[in-house]
Amino acid sequence: MFEDKFTRVLYIDLSKKSFAIKSRPDLFEKWLGGSGVGIQLLKEECPKDTDPFSPENTIIFAVGPITSLYPLASKTVAMFKSPLTGNLGESHAGGRSAVSIMMAGYGAIVIKGKSDIPIYLSIFDNEVRFHDARAIWGIKDAITVGKIIRQRETFSGQRSIMRIGRAGENLVSFASLNTETYRHFGRLGLGAVFGSKNLKALVIAGKRTINLTDPKAYLRVYKNILDETTSSLMKKYHDLGTAVNVLPLHEIGGLPIENLNKISYEGAAELSGENLAQNYLGRRIACTGCPVACVHIAAFRDPHEEEKYFYKTSMIGYDYEPIYSLGTMLGIKDAKGFLKLMDRTEKLGLDAMSSGVALAWATEMLNKNIVTESETLVKFSFGDWEKYIEGLENIVLMPNDFYKALSRGTSYASEIYGGKDFALNFGKNEMPGYHTGAATHLGWFLGARHSHLDNAGYSMDQSLKGDYPEPEKLVDNLIEEEANRQILSSLVVCFFARAIYLNFDNTINCLKTVGIDLTKEELKELGMEIYRQKMSYKTQEGWLPSHLDLPKRIFETPAPFGKISEDYMKKAIDHFRDRLEKDFR
Amino acid sequence: MRIEIIDPDRCVGCEICMLACVRRQGFAGLAKSKIAVHSSGGMEKGFTVLVCRACSDPPCAAVCPTNALEVRKDGGVNLISEKCIGCKNCVEACTVNSIFWDNEANKPNICIYCGFCAMNCPHHVLYFNKEWGKENV
Ligand code: SF4
Ligand code: SF4
Ligand code: SF4
Repeated sequence: MFEDKFTRVLYIDLSKKSFAIKSRPDLFEKWLGGSGVGIQLLKEECPKDTDPFSPENTIIFAVGPITSLYPLASKTVAMFKSPLTGNLGESHAGGRSAVSIMMAGYGAIVIKGKSDIPIYLSIFDNEVRFHDARAIWGIKDAITVGKIIRQRETFSGQRSIMRIGRAGENLVSFASLNTETYRHFGRLGLGAVFGSKNLKALVIAGKRTINLTDPKAYLRVYKNILDETTSSLMKKYHDLGTAVNVLPLHEIGGLPIENLNKISYEGAAELSGENLAQNYLGRRIACTGCPVACVHIAAFRDPHEEEKYFYKTSMIGYDYEPIYSLGTMLGIKDAKGFLKLMDRTEKLGLDAMSSGVALAWATEMLNKNIVTESETLVKFSFGDWEKYIEGLENIVLMPNDFYKALSRGTSYASEIYGGKDFALNFGKNEMPGYHTGAATHLGWFLGARHSHLDNAGYSMDQSLKGDYPEPEKLVDNLIEEEANRQILSSLVVCFFARAIYLNFDNTINCLKTVGIDLTKEELKELGMEIYRQKMSYKTQEGWLPSHLDLPKRIFETPAPFGKISEDYMKKAIDHFRDRLEKDFR
Repeated sequence: MRIEIIDPDRCVGCEICMLACVRRQGFAGLAKSKIAVHSSGGMEKGFTVLVCRACSDPPCAAVCPTNALEVRKDGGVNLISEKCIGCKNCVEACTVNSIFWDNEANKPNICIYCGFCAMNCPHHVLYFNKEWGKENV
């Protein structure tokens, strides 16, 4: 079965500043790793109805049995109780995080409690240290925090440094956790959970050997997978990164613009992957173990405010989702404005997606005179990026009640101030950048994370081309896809590699080389069981989706293949509730 | 150089070369890699690739007290593992910092010039020069 070190779980208690290492083959043998193991640990450690900001909330990081062994097995799954939704929080990130956790000798890390003073953690092999972080608490930007820790700690150039910004310190419900400057556990507020525990950062690294029973088979299987990766995936995502999707989505009318009031505008070409690459691309980087290197970083040269002939160059990462949320959703028409917003979001440690959607909602609230400038403090108007920079700062500083509410997300803020019909959140999580049809909205409304990656409804919409099956059938398809994706997130592989690892023969071969024998049927059943485990956690914490919670805006603005029918969505959600009751409690 | 770093600006820091080196030896993980890729002060600054230059007059061999590093006629050194006492002198002596320590084995990671890393690099950063040092032999 598994090698020993992978099945170790590192338990850290921040209140007592103590740690313990336990071997948990029981967990990994049954649930593989990643999401599968993560949800079990969350159930074990985080009691029902836990307040997300209480010391009892538990942060779990989990990697999988093929982490660092195969191409694109480069992601870490984080599980926690989300302060944004008050329910299951699951967020994935790459960078060096996964390989670092694996190389330090753990399959999972569990962090509980709350430190009395700000601290950061360093984890190198069996050594866990608790460092005073009082001097770096409150530092203006999260990138500087990374620089400081880089200077102080070992494993230079080869470690993972996870850290929060001021958003996390101030408990903004959608604060992100940054890793290696350009990757994020972005969604659902893990940064705020770090902040609530007085945990500023975590640095982890290690170097060890994983012994294999059949090195020849490993070489062979690796080569097959690498060949598939480099042929199918490389070009699209290496060349332009995820930003490659901006123009095609705009073209079909699936790109949400100005709080989803529009699906077409003249800014799309300017914010396209093509334009960003031609005029700004400065570097591409990869997560450890991934040949694709989709991470695109703009080199942005900007004149100094005060000094003539002095320019500063910032390196700013960009991706499709932030281009949508901080760009098109706010009606931004120049790349410079978008990059400035991106940079500020990064420095504050905010989730770019929730932040953009929140500001888009606030703008419409102001336009409709439901709130006034005395609430928003800034005269937002679509396209005016300078105002939105102030908006981002205000979300973090919370100078009045409006921003105190907004920093808890659009669902919460619209409960108080109104404007629910165009507060674009699903299950209290702000929407991703796809208005492709019924499947995408259903998918993230019903999905365990309310993420577009749960079940890829956006891709179903595009392949169905308006020819939708009965709503019940669509829901069943979404559930099946999401169950399959539990395998991906338990292995843990990047979802860009889904075509490779959802070809179960590949996955079966990979698992064989690490001593796990599973058939296709067993894998599929495991995926469904992990899905069930998540759904039972979600219902335990009070989740029950209702079509009344859908923002009306999605029915008003036409999707590429026609307007979405409210009745269709209602039937679909009713069917989902039946299945939840029958199959997934 | 036998393993030439022909275009370091294209390096994306994927560490596929490091993982390949270890895989060729019949293992996984990073402890046994004979090549290293570091970010140079944050990922945005790019990466430094460190690998043995196969010196014709290798300083690493010169400081080895037990002659565990045998000078090759075509440049570079061979490690005779049984002779190595783990003193780490060679690590200090390599001017280009290309000897990495295998903590688990307590031995240096010495490149064998097989070129597997270069063959696996997806971004054409590394080139395996088979002709290197031939004239010395
Ligand atoms: S290890 Fe360093 S000193 Fe020795 S041959 Fe290689 S480059 Fe030269
Ligand atoms: S040439 Fe061979 S031994 Fe040397 S670093 Fe590359 S893969 Fe490793
Ligand atoms: S494989 Fe190539 S691109 Fe990747 S880290 Fe090594 S040298 Fe850089």
